[in-house]
Amino acid sequence: MLMNWDITDEEKLLRQSAVNYFREKLPINHLRKMRDSQDQVGFHRENWKEMAELGWTGILIPEEFGGMDFGFRGLGLIMEAAGRHLSSTPLLSTALCASRVILQEGSHEQRQKLLPAIAAGEWIIAVAHDEGHQHGSRPLTTTALSHGSRFTLKGQKSLVLDLGCADQILVLARTTKNSQGEEGLSWFLVDVKSPGLGVETFRLVDGRPASRLNFQNVELGQDSLLGTLGSAGASYEKMRQAAAGSLAAEMLGSSMAAFEMTLAYLKERKQFGVAIGSFQALQHRMANLYSELEVSKSIVHRSLCALDAQDPQMVLYTSLAKAKLSELFQKIAAEAIQLHGGIGMTDEHSIGFFLKRSRISAELFGNAGFHRDRYASAMNF
Amino acid sequence: MLQEFRQGVRTWLEQNCPSSMRTAMVEEEEVWGGHQEKFINPDSKIWLERMVAKGWTTPEWPKAYGGGGLSPQEALVLKEEMLSLGCRPPLISFGIWMLGPVLLQYGTEEQKQRFLPAIVRGEIRWCQGYSEPAAGSDLASLQTRAESVGDTFVVNGSKVWTSYADHADWIFCLVRTDSSSSKPQQGISFLLIDLNQPGIKAEPIRLISGNSPFCEVFFKDARAPKDHLIGPLHGGWQIAKALLTHERQAISEIIKKAEEQAIEDYAKEKIGLHDGKLADAAFRDRLSSFHMDQLGFQLTLEREASLQKAGHSPGAASSMFKLYGTELNKRKYELMVEAAGFDSLIWEGAGLATDLQATRDWLRSKGNSIEGGTSEIQLNVIAKRVLGLP
Repeated sequence: MLMNWDITDEEKLLRQSAVNYFREKLPINHLRKMRDSQDQVGFHRENWKEMAELGWTGILIPEEFGGMDFGFRGLGLIMEAAGRHLSSTPLLSTALCASRVILQEGSHEQRQKLLPAIAAGEWIIAVAHDEGHQHGSRPLTTTALSHGSRFTLKGQKSLVLDLGCADQILVLARTTKNSQGEEGLSWFLVDVKSPGLGVETFRLVDGRPASRLNFQNVELGQDSLLGTLGSAGASYEKMRQAAAGSLAAEMLGSSMAAFEMTLAYLKERKQFGVAIGSFQALQHRMANLYSELEVSKSIVHRSLCALDAQDPQMVLYTSLAKAKLSELFQKIAAEAIQLHGGIGMTDEHSIGFFLKRSRISAELFGNAGFHRDRYASAMNF
Repeated sequence: MLQEFRQGVRTWLEQNCPSSMRTAMVEEEEVWGGHQEKFINPDSKIWLERMVAKGWTTPEWPKAYGGGGLSPQEALVLKEEMLSLGCRPPLISFGIWMLGPVLLQYGTEEQKQRFLPAIVRGEIRWCQGYSEPAAGSDLASLQTRAESVGDTFVVNGSKVWTSYADHADWIFCLVRTDSSSSKPQQGISFLLIDLNQPGIKAEPIRLISGNSPFCEVFFKDARAPKDHLIGPLHGGWQIAKALLTHERQAISEIIKKAEEQAIEDYAKEKIGLHDGKLADAAFRDRLSSFHMDQLGFQLTLEREASLQKAGHSPGAASSMFKLYGTELNKRKYELMVEAAGFDSLIWEGAGLATDLQATRDWLRSKGNSIEGGTSEIQLNVIAKRVLGLP
């Protein structure tokens, strides 16, 4: 594939408006306040409306359904800017996962109804797919078996983000008994207020709320089913590749911010009468991280381009991006604490939030080991 | 326009590149030029002559000096077409990679006329006289002296780690022309010296790999005419640094293009598969991690090439490529010998197979992060010149 490494003027504008928006509206302090005030919602509608006006909620939605159709490179720039400020938004769940699944799987009627509502910022949709203690750690067992024209949803989902502010949940369930792997899976849109839906809410290590879901015979009508029965496997695979690649862009933004904060601190903090950044032991650590960051920038960009082109090697590039950035973000965040010294261990300083976020992002949509395995398989070894 | 050029290049290559020059390169058939060149494969001589006639051994150099006069975009097209047809490089040359760019920038018109065409045609093989026994990473402390006697310099001292000096015709050399200045960088000059004279001796150094790609070069009252000085007298350090940038880039390019069996295929052969995956799960995980970094590095080289095309200068960032590329190369050979297991332990005698090459390469790769500026020196450069640390 012929690669375009340049950023267009249009993309530059998008990036600038994203950087400005997250710095003003959803800075790290916002995350801190959310944690300290025990906020259960996690994200507020007025921000979603603003993001809709900027065109971001419909960034992957075709223009015929009211979207901006800017593609993954565009979404990646927004995610990167959000990552810089550890801004937490439903972009990944709604603008990416739900939009893509509806676009790919939904009937014409469902697309007509749902996609414009997402683009307009009217709906937030949480995504419930993971069941085990890690992404991909065990086969999915939640079932939605049909009886007559209805389905009964039964099972548990272990980690769901954005539920506090969501209207609907996109749920992945088995509609064929004893099916395995990608076979017999279907997508359902479930109202958050459905009878029989048990929600346990907890707070993640970085202060964001998240939920565990227990579907105890939730009754669903035929119209809850997205698209064709049993055909969700392929769209789920595409969705998680897209999510892995886009999350990598967010992690890149966070990694750059943590690196820059640390670099600034090394130039200003004095010990033994000199700036600690003059010590070679610390310089070499930073120079190594810089090199890894440069390589990661190329990787993230390549993976977003592969997603835009629906490159046949998409799985290879998205797994490359997610594995590398999961490792690098965690490494930079941990090094950042060490290089900040004592102040880095305090809750008062914001660098600790980067370490906490890095653990979460590393686990979502497959950790580094999961993606190294996928990458090796894609490379046939 | 560029599309037309591409078509023309392709047609020309198809008609002029001999078929044996479109197979994977074998080390013995590499063409380095100079008076010792044997052209083991006769096609390599034909291929070189045809490329020289087009000026395409140095596509971007001006036509006045025998170069191709191509724009950077056209040169890239040529490179891509050669790659896609599997054409071997017609000439491998320190003159092209290192000395030429420096002569183009700092040489006088006479010097360019005198030396560049011979580089383009591969007539003179150059070697690089930088390091000395007592001046490694601290290159500026070099002590090889060049004294002014009439219209020549008289050179005394020794150089070490001089690649292929025993096959070279000339040496580009850093020499001390002034020992009195307070900063060691200030008394250094950049001098071109003909190796074919009685006062110079090159002795190969045997390495841990068993090969001897490097020499120590001894100068005893060797002579060089004064007009072989490049740039100002005592002002060679600037040139030395510019050349190092070209060298670092050349090293990362070589690593990028290394034509050999892919490591995963080698590992599959040695370790075997289980359910379509390498049978050793722990090894597979580490190989995957290495493979990702390797691909990430290749992508970064592509990104850098595209930025440079847009006019961005690599400068100190070339240190990052040198650092990352050589550290990767060391990791690769660690994995290669580990995959080969017992087979990689045999040095001589019964059972010796192709795996010895992996073992030799593994030993040789340890020098990658020492030569051309150690990894630690590259980290210093990145910290100070890229990150702006004090």
